[in-house]
Amino acid sequence: MSARALGLLGLALLPLVFLGLFFAWPVASILGLGLRDGGVLDVLTSADTWRLVGFTVGQAAAATAVAVLAGMPLAYVLARCALPGMGLLRVLIVVPFVLPTVVVGLAFRALLPDGGVLSIVLANAFFNVAVVARTVGGLWAHTDRRAEEAARALGASRWRAFTSVVLPAIAPAIGSAAAVVFLFCATSFGVVLMLGGARFRTLETEIYLRTVELFDLPGAAALSVLQVAAVLAVLVIGAVARRRRETALALRRSVETARRPVGGEWAVVAAACLVLVGLMVPVIGLVARSLSGGVDGYLALAGQGDSNTLQVPALETVQNSLRAATDATLLAMALGVTSAVVLSQVRRGRRVLGEALDVALMVPLGVSAVTVGFGYLITLGDLPVLVPLAQALVITPLIVRTVLPVLRAIDERLRQAAGTLGANPLRVWREVDLALAGRSLVAAAGFGYVVALGEFGATSFLARPEAPTLPVAIGRLISRPGVLNNQMAYAACVLLMLVTVAAVVVIERLRTTAVGEF
Amino acid sequence: MCSRASRSPGGDLAKQARLGAALLVAALAAGCSLSGGQSQNQSHTVTLVTHDSWQVDKATFEEFQKTSGIKVTVSPNGDAGALTTKLVLTKSNPIGDLAYGVDSTFASRALGEGVFAEYRSPEAEQGPQRYKLDDTGRLTAVDVGDVCLNVDTGWFTQKGLPAPASYADLIDPRYKDLLVVEDPATSSPGLAFLLGTIAANGQNGWQDYWTRLKANGVKVDAGWTEAYSQDFSGSSGKGPRPIVVSYASSPPSEQGRTKALLDTCYRQVEYAGVLAGAKNPEDARKVLDFLLSQKFQSQVAEQMYVYPARAGVALPDSWKTAAPLPDKPAQLPADQVQANREQWVQQWRKLVQG
Repeated sequence: MSARALGLLGLALLPLVFLGLFFAWPVASILGLGLRDGGVLDVLTSADTWRLVGFTVGQAAAATAVAVLAGMPLAYVLARCALPGMGLLRVLIVVPFVLPTVVVGLAFRALLPDGGVLSIVLANAFFNVAVVARTVGGLWAHTDRRAEEAARALGASRWRAFTSVVLPAIAPAIGSAAAVVFLFCATSFGVVLMLGGARFRTLETEIYLRTVELFDLPGAAALSVLQVAAVLAVLVIGAVARRRRETALALRRSVETARRPVGGEWAVVAAACLVLVGLMVPVIGLVARSLSGGVDGYLALAGQGDSNTLQVPALETVQNSLRAATDATLLAMALGVTSAVVLSQVRRGRRVLGEALDVALMVPLGVSAVTVGFGYLITLGDLPVLVPLAQALVITPLIVRTVLPVLRAIDERLRQAAGTLGANPLRVWREVDLALAGRSLVAAAGFGYVVALGEFGATSFLARPEAPTLPVAIGRLISRPGVLNNQMAYAACVLLMLVTVAAVVVIERLRTTAVGEF
Repeated sequence: MCSRASRSPGGDLAKQARLGAALLVAALAAGCSLSGGQSQNQSHTVTLVTHDSWQVDKATFEEFQKTSGIKVTVSPNGDAGALTTKLVLTKSNPIGDLAYGVDSTFASRALGEGVFAEYRSPEAEQGPQRYKLDDTGRLTAVDVGDVCLNVDTGWFTQKGLPAPASYADLIDPRYKDLLVVEDPATSSPGLAFLLGTIAANGQNGWQDYWTRLKANGVKVDAGWTEAYSQDFSGSSGKGPRPIVVSYASSPPSEQGRTKALLDTCYRQVEYAGVLAGAKNPEDARKVLDFLLSQKFQSQVAEQMYVYPARAGVALPDSWKTAAPLPDKPAQLPADQVQANREQWVQQWRKLVQG
């Protein structure tokens, strides 16, 4: 084994040990507890179970399709168009991602009172459009424009040039984004409960009910095993599909590839605007709701709510949120970047190994927060440290997904050339990979930060009472009677949006000044 | 093919340093957190495991800790169901010394699994014993939080319709499409309401009652938040339906716009107990005494929207008229609930949602 291979193996150990300790062990323990008593076959052979699987996969696939279709025009505009307001657009589209599910659930119930499945699909897509726009936009911005221009010059229609030149180049990013969105939608919990009016059940809601309400651990474990199996199947299919598509691209500076749209491109811009309007409707509804009683809700944010609903003033929870998100993002960046480097390198030769690590990193996104949470409880105890760890589990795969397509698209010959010229592996990484992918790294950190800010599932499960995060505080305010609590909840949502916007703006600044433009 | 990105070596070094620093901070952050939280003084520390609704007047709580010399760490663990599940899963290595918040619907599970140890607090004689589950002295009532129908009084005055008063009224066609309830499978007040209808109509009569309720246009939401704050007309959401399943204690928050129907209440009692295998059972007992003390009991109404279990504790002024304690709520024996709830909920689902 060469020194280089050893080094890679060493790097790979960091994410593997983390995953093993903070994911595989707890999940295996809780499943083991449930499966010990048998009864799994009953669950697996029940028609009810398979209806659950069908609905879970079906609604997630539909939501993923909607999110991809809606996200593509935005990705195009972000990547290819030099128009005023691009910075604002980049910031606005991430806002939905941080909104607490309970608030979005209420907003969609107000917009589509008898929505049922349609509103579940739309709400899940609403949350995830940003994943598509940012992941795909990230790679698209760096793909060479001249290839498609050549195709056009040779007589290809705009559509033909897109499908035969652009699409193959950005397909890995689309696949990546779709996989992430699918997992988010398949495990979405609050939205399904609220909008399904409890009539529509998914594996996720059923695992929760069986574990918490009915204490049917064998049943819950059987469903969790199914969930893991389904997630693995989707990821493996995704990996196989990606394998055939990923090719080295001549990456370009994004300023070189963006320009003012011409002709038919305006149609795509118009589509993007339409999507943006769609995304902003619930957001504006929330802002309006927060102001329905004047500014009382906002003024009350300095306090703890009607009859001290919160244990600390609402404003203080902002600080908790920022602190927890910073911890989680740093941890996830360390894990995510290490993993992405390993994955981009291991690809040649030991492909299967690399893909196994890739899939392993994604699995936590598709496994029930209830399973993970109870698993933590019986293995790691109730240590406060768990919040950033649990958040890092969710963010790491997102970082890998954002950075990896760019790293993989780097032409290997560049690295070889650097090596030939005498650079050691670290230097090669610095001069080639970091130089080309630095911008994506910062973008990934920014997105990870936003996800951590809005993360609710694991946090509400593990957060300490004296340090609630802003989403946890919103959840608490909205689940109490009283006009003031309600107004405060909506005002706190707007505050969360503002904090998110501010965080994204700061990180975007960092991206252009510190890392340099590429 | 070659890269067009040319840059100065100095810039690269700076970038490298920044990245290195970021990684270092990450490692430090992880390290710090891992070592944090373990350096507690073992001698007089008690961990109180609660549900998420735990709330206490800061001054009262601090004063108790100061005078008793016991440091109490509060650890909320989800709703009553999640709390009970966690206690059962960790019974061989308990996550605290005493637990508060296991309610009458989940108590049988916890008792059956041997989660709690016997402790008969002297304070329990001051009223909490009224709500005892059995004679083993393992769980002591701390508070009562009855689930009742709430109505939007203004809505009924405006329509010139008398507000309903009983379960039976709800199937009256005059009240068609006016009621919103929560799903008993996903919501604790929803389950309490179902149990209330079973208590009122009997184990053989409730299915028929719900069939009529469904025919009379009952709306079922998954949780309290959407039912109360969005579909109910008496709350800030100003929804379309003037009758909702909520708590006896909800009206004081709505400034006289709503009232609870006291003949439609189901009693929910919240209990506390010292955990079997607690590290510090002695101090845990003192904390349980504190939960039952006059001082703690007199602030539960304001802090947690529940009624004190202790007798003779005054309610806040705003509650005396808007939210008196229901005097004859329905209640089913805990073991009967435990034995039948899954089956009842399944039957309910088939009936109402099938």
